Amino acid sequence: MPMSVATATSDAVLRVRDLRVSFATRQGLVRAVDGLTLDVAPKEVVGIVGESGSGKSVAMYSVLGLVRDANAQITGSVEFEGREILGLSDKEMQPLRGGQIGMIFQDPMTALTPVYAVGRQIVEQIRQHTDMTKAQAKERAVELLAEVGIPDARRRVESFPHEFSGGMRQRVVIAMALSCNPRLLIADEPTTALDVTTQAQILDLMGRLRDTHGSSIVIITHDMGVIAEMADRVTVMYAGRPVESGPEVDIVRSPRHPYTWGLLGAVPRIGERSERLATIPGNVMSPLDVPVGCAFAPRCEYAMPACEARPEMRGEGHQHACWLSDEQRVAIRATPTKDAP
Amino acid sequence: MFSFIIRRLVSAFFVMFSISVMVFLIFFATPGVNPAARIAGRSASPQVLAQVSAEFGLNRPLPIRYALMMWHLFFKQDLTSYVNIGVKVIPQITGAAPVTLSLIVGAAVIWLVVGVALGVVAAANRGKWIDPLIMFGGIAAVSIPVFWLGQVVSLLIQRKFHSVFSWLPGSGFVPLTQSPWQWALHLLLPWLTLATLYAGVYARVLRAELVNAMNEDYVRTARAKGLSERRILIKHALRCSLVAVVSLFGLDLGSLVGGGALLTEVVFGLPGIGQLTYTSLLNLDLPVIMACVMYGAFFIVLASAIVDVLYAYLDPRVRVAK
Amino acid sequence: MIALGVLVFIVTACLLAPVYANSIAHVNPFPANVQGTIRLGGKTLSVLQPSSVGLGVTPIGPTWNFSTYFLGADPQGRDVFARLLYGGRVSLLIGFSSAIVCCAIAALLGMAAGYFGGVMDWIVSRVFDIVWAFPVLLFAICLSVILLTSGINILFIHIAAGSLLLPILIIAVVYVPYVGRPVRGIVLTLREREFIQAAIGSGASDWRILRKEIWPNVAPTVMVFFPMMVAFNMLTESSLSFLSVGVQPPNASWGTISNDGLQLLYTRPWVSIAPGILIVLTCAALNVLGDGARDAFDPKAKLRGGA
Repeated sequence: MPMSVATATSDAVLRVRDLRVSFATRQGLVRAVDGLTLDVAPKEVVGIVGESGSGKSVAMYSVLGLVRDANAQITGSVEFEGREILGLSDKEMQPLRGGQIGMIFQDPMTALTPVYAVGRQIVEQIRQHTDMTKAQAKERAVELLAEVGIPDARRRVESFPHEFSGGMRQRVVIAMALSCNPRLLIADEPTTALDVTTQAQILDLMGRLRDTHGSSIVIITHDMGVIAEMADRVTVMYAGRPVESGPEVDIVRSPRHPYTWGLLGAVPRIGERSERLATIPGNVMSPLDVPVGCAFAPRCEYAMPACEARPEMRGEGHQHACWLSDEQRVAIRATPTKDAP
Repeated sequence: MFSFIIRRLVSAFFVMFSISVMVFLIFFATPGVNPAARIAGRSASPQVLAQVSAEFGLNRPLPIRYALMMWHLFFKQDLTSYVNIGVKVIPQITGAAPVTLSLIVGAAVIWLVVGVALGVVAAANRGKWIDPLIMFGGIAAVSIPVFWLGQVVSLLIQRKFHSVFSWLPGSGFVPLTQSPWQWALHLLLPWLTLATLYAGVYARVLRAELVNAMNEDYVRTARAKGLSERRILIKHALRCSLVAVVSLFGLDLGSLVGGGALLTEVVFGLPGIGQLTYTSLLNLDLPVIMACVMYGAFFIVLASAIVDVLYAYLDPRVRVAK
Repeated sequence: MIALGVLVFIVTACLLAPVYANSIAHVNPFPANVQGTIRLGGKTLSVLQPSSVGLGVTPIGPTWNFSTYFLGADPQGRDVFARLLYGGRVSLLIGFSSAIVCCAIAALLGMAAGYFGGVMDWIVSRVFDIVWAFPVLLFAICLSVILLTSGINILFIHIAAGSLLLPILIIAVVYVPYVGRPVRGIVLTLREREFIQAAIGSGASDWRILRKEIWPNVAPTVMVFFPMMVAFNMLTESSLSFLSVGVQPPNASWGTISNDGLQLLYTRPWVSIAPGILIVLTCAALNVLGDGARDAFDPKAKLRGGA
């Protein structure tokens, strides 16, 4: 896989700088996203990985302006192809949504409007962003359905969403998202709601489509396996903050953050026999209780007094946000334990 | 699908049968009620009572009387009134039906249009001032007794603003065939009165449904597709919310056609089914009562069945289940 | 909230009706007062005045004097305002009582039908269908016409003809399906949920399950229906009374007062209009309360009558 350099190049498809999303709730301020910085280069697959509640979905929703909560406060900078899009009005965002930036959501069962045929929903998107006639758009819809692997596409273009299985429905959603050849595709847990076999098929499909359509993909997931298979570069998030980011190969081979260690340790590897599945001790904290210092410190085996100050992302290319020095890290990783990779 | 229809028909028939029996029993089997006394008058002597009983077959066993009445009503169609001796019942119904239908159809159009429009506006402007205003209007509309509204309207039109509205008639009915303009004019106030209540209900129901729909996943997808908020609201959210409104509408319509509009009819002097039922109830004119009740029940049951079919049309998921 | 305040005000005012009538206005609002006179601003006026138009007499209009004939007199010379207060007690009593009866019966039947299923469900559902197949008002009129003249004399149940229990029961009965169907729907979905299965599996008796597992889940819905039912029942009662088949003299309710004033609609509109205003206010307040209750209990609740 080509390794692209994650620098602030002007031809980056997406540049996110210090994105912060907080919600004012009755119990206090919830910082769902707390300083995310991210670059997506053309034709690149960037993975965002973390547990539920890590803020990964909210971050990408706010990129498209899909956070509709009146109590939300969004700050930072999001540039799409050099143009600042954070804070644009709905009207200004509409040509981008579905046209330049496509999005796939987690649950295929509820993602499509139940009362319209799938073909009609795809045509609606196509005609919103292009000048095609109804007939032309319908032809395109049939092509797209065939491309994503729906058998008998010409007939099924008239079918209703509930007449498809989960995996098929997700394919329809993917077809719809790609219908206008977007430069960027954001996929929010696209395979979480599907069984393992279908998961593999969908990921495979997305990879192929990336090559044929030339779009960049941001894939959000909690599954390191998906990351390992799809992503060129990865950002690991915890409690709304990025804790590690860099090329996928580097992250998987030599992870630097204790949380990433935990995530990778939780992936059962073929050939390795562990006595029990490694888990990350503790639970995801409530978003109201995030500590001032390092967010992961309460669950971290290697927490030190230094961790009471919040670590920022450091490094070139492969960044991490942790107070452990390189020497300490090497020492820890050299000790064979059940949970260290 | 076929067996489903058959089962539906059977249960519909059963319901109508039960209603007829129930009404019959209420009026004839309740102790202390003597239809003969009703017909003959309060101070009739025992001989007259006996004569009347014999004449109307009132001294025969209950089931026989029930069967006889049904027979005359449905098959021979020559059932006559107890109160207006000799006047046939069926023509009374067929004469009154167009009045009720005129009232209801007109009011229904008004309340559907207004109710849906207000519901959409309220949902679209959720949180701004117009939303609670419409909702409060809806609550007020639902809390108004129809007869009172009719009175107030009559009062305003006839008295206070008489000079402005002198062209609006106070009451009465003019058949469509006689003069369409007068027909509409005479019905205008009743339409508005009846529609107020229902428009309030529909606006509130629709708003609640729309607000729910706008939080659904498919709306989020539609937004991510780049569709305008207006298109999302109307083409996606509204389309999915219509189901609730349609089923409500069907049931309301059926109920009204069956005589539920009687208050409006009485207040505005419209000789419709509702009023006919009401006067016959007061007079204990059982044949007319039976006929009105059966007529009403038929429409309610019919409406219920139509609603089920429409439901299947509007929500394709239901078709599979059936 | 404002609604609650309005409601409390109206209820208290009505409860204090005797106080007003006896101490403040010094009237007896029930017997006809055709010959009566009042003192107003030093002058003595007849309650029923010779009509300025044509024949007959016209009752005096509103004096806007709180201590006497505040809203004028009705065709029988009685103080409208005092009657309104007394009538309010009746209307409110009927509204609340029939709502209680209705919700109680509906909850029982709904739970029985949903929980036990089978034949019980079929019977109850058919009963609901049949009762609901009648337009509500017509059914109520139907029953009223029969029962009001003779009362109920079945087995051990004797209810006198003029009793207020009759309208209460009739109105309660006709609305039972309205609450009963949603309750049944809820119990049906509940029954399939795991915690019920678990309770059954652990050998709990039906009664215990109903009491401890089902009822707590049904109760909020019934609570939300309750204010709405009071409003509906009051509206139905007023309509029935207006048509003379509801509350019977010598009792009065807002509906009967409205009916009394019909003949005076154009000369003394307040007699008919005032009760209506009170009804609107009370029902609107009740509906607002109902909405508030629904939001409080379950913001995402969809209250719909299931089949």
